[in-house]
Amino acid sequence: MTSAPQTLFEKVWNSHLVRPQSADLPAVLYIDLHLVHEVTSPQAFSLLRERGLKVRRPTQTLATMDHSTPTTPRGADGVIPVVDEMALKQLEVFTRNCDDFGIRMFALGTENQGIVHVIGPEQGLTQPGMTIVCGDSHTSTHGAFGALAFGIGTSEVAHVLATQCLLQNKPQTMAVRVDGGLAPGVAAKDIILAIIAKIGVGGGTGYVFEYMGSAIRGLTMEGRMTICNMSIEGGARAGMIAPDETTFNYIAGRPHAPHGADWEAALANWRALPSDDGAVFDAEVILNADELVPMITYGTNPGMGIPITGRVPDPDGLGDVSQKMALDKALRYMDLQPNQSLLGKKVDVVFVGSCTNSRISDLRDVARLINGRKIADNLRMLVVPGSQRVKAQAEAEGLHEIFKAAGAEWREAGCSMCIAMNGDELRPGQYAVSTSNRNFEGRQGKGGRTFLASPLTAAATALNGCITDPRELYMEKV
Amino acid sequence: MEAFKPFAGSMVAVPINDIDTDQIIPARYLKVTDKLGLGAACFADWRYNADGSPKADFVLNDPQYQHAQVLIGGHNFGCGSSREHAPWALLGAGFKAVISTYFADIFKNNALKNGLLPIIVDEETHRQLISLAQEDPQSQVRVDLETQTLVLPDGRAVNFPIDGFSKECLLQGVDQLGYLMNLDAQIAAYETNHTPRVTTRV
Repeated sequence: MTSAPQTLFEKVWNSHLVRPQSADLPAVLYIDLHLVHEVTSPQAFSLLRERGLKVRRPTQTLATMDHSTPTTPRGADGVIPVVDEMALKQLEVFTRNCDDFGIRMFALGTENQGIVHVIGPEQGLTQPGMTIVCGDSHTSTHGAFGALAFGIGTSEVAHVLATQCLLQNKPQTMAVRVDGGLAPGVAAKDIILAIIAKIGVGGGTGYVFEYMGSAIRGLTMEGRMTICNMSIEGGARAGMIAPDETTFNYIAGRPHAPHGADWEAALANWRALPSDDGAVFDAEVILNADELVPMITYGTNPGMGIPITGRVPDPDGLGDVSQKMALDKALRYMDLQPNQSLLGKKVDVVFVGSCTNSRISDLRDVARLINGRKIADNLRMLVVPGSQRVKAQAEAEGLHEIFKAAGAEWREAGCSMCIAMNGDELRPGQYAVSTSNRNFEGRQGKGGRTFLASPLTAAATALNGCITDPRELYMEKV
Repeated sequence: MEAFKPFAGSMVAVPINDIDTDQIIPARYLKVTDKLGLGAACFADWRYNADGSPKADFVLNDPQYQHAQVLIGGHNFGCGSSREHAPWALLGAGFKAVISTYFADIFKNNALKNGLLPIIVDEETHRQLISLAQEDPQSQVRVDLETQTLVLPDGRAVNFPIDGFSKECLLQGVDQLGYLMNLDAQIAAYETNHTPRVTTRV
């Protein structure tokens, strides 16, 4: 018996259907792992309380504090002080909710705490073929393991808490093929910024991406996570990468990874997940990694990106009136001129962190470039590890000493200046080069202006105090 | 949630493409643990100066639009963060429907679950509605979910799409959690046949 070739997405989707989609009704999709954080969950727990409902599967639910938590250094007592009263209340409510509903939670400053999309993979909970959701749009990160992972709203958080299921209409699929190899100084972040620049911030709406091709295969798991993380910035709720030996090696030995006979059984299942030969996608995008140079954004959404050697586009060159208006508005906000080069543009802050680029390999990249040097005068550089485990690993390797000796701030783990709701923020008018995922107006602080780039570009920029092509420094150091 | 009833309301246009949810409700307002008070912070950074005073040139501060119930946004409205605080803020600011040529996925899903109707129209109609709203703040549209029609001031009726399930939930004023709870037997059957992939316990 032969069945029609299936994509990775279709295999995961089909194996999680409690009930398939019909003409009138959405599919009922079973969720294997539900990640929860303090900002998008309180109203969902309140709904459960109102209706007298329990969490259906607390053992398939994991909570962590990350968004509103301070990243300031610990006091003499080893405790990270929370000075914002609203944040403190939110964390208290979160703690009570997790206690009352029997959910394991990583509290601020404890050994496993960190950004929700860093800890899932780190714990070995993120595995191929799973469905994973969280009330956070960057849940797409977990797709790097061949999981179907996507962000949901708070109503849906309540749905999953109470029923472990979601009502979903089946998305379409888009193959995103990236062949070739990355030149030194060019990173996974540059691949995804180039893809989003190509398709636009709405180009992937309604699709699940599957990233494929030799450039993707050549990436580490952390590079793959960076790519899948920003799928939502292209409008796609999920992005997936077929699992392979790189994936399995990353998972092996982690706290929640299968072991013994379970590991062998899991491997057999995982090896059957990649898209079949002849599987049909609804759309396709192609990018050549050989031609890629470091990317940087100039505007107020992640689709407004250019090669770092390029020039800011000219609104007058756009035919579409609404696109012209959007670009005009973005350049006014950023206080940039059409056709200007960004190289040499002075910046005030460099932020290394976020669920996009705060893992150990990101910190190693930054440390390698700045080792033995000083960041520019009058520039503030924050290095915020994605989790307490990443922090401990970096400290074991001595990376924190490199950052501190260079003049950077070495912080506690959390979302920090990516979302700027914890006190880490830009001041109005300041420019930042940031390794995070969003350059929306005010995203990193009201009136703040963000250039998104790779950790390498961020490090090079911190050293020179102005936007710098990391390939110059990279060649000297490696 | 209340049943979604037909209504006639005036419009206000913020015809900017790719309005992200960070603009609709900036992150610093997400420290609430309920849904209250978000209306005042809706579009906060576009509405208010640093000292908290309203920006006179932002349309939502124009007294002529204070009672608008329909917001017209640009293409790809609601992109970015999954925060459901965005539809909560829009509802809190008095809106019952948002019109665009295109909505971001998560925003649309969140809006539908809260009784905020996302209405997708073609570009021509979109342009016409923006002009109407800008030229005459009193001009009204009529929104009828049952028939999926938007009636313009000149009487022209435009159909808009919505998935049948969300429509029924809105019309009946029921949320989707109750529907899912009723599927308990089917969910239990799935769980019987599928060992959990992971446990989060140690």
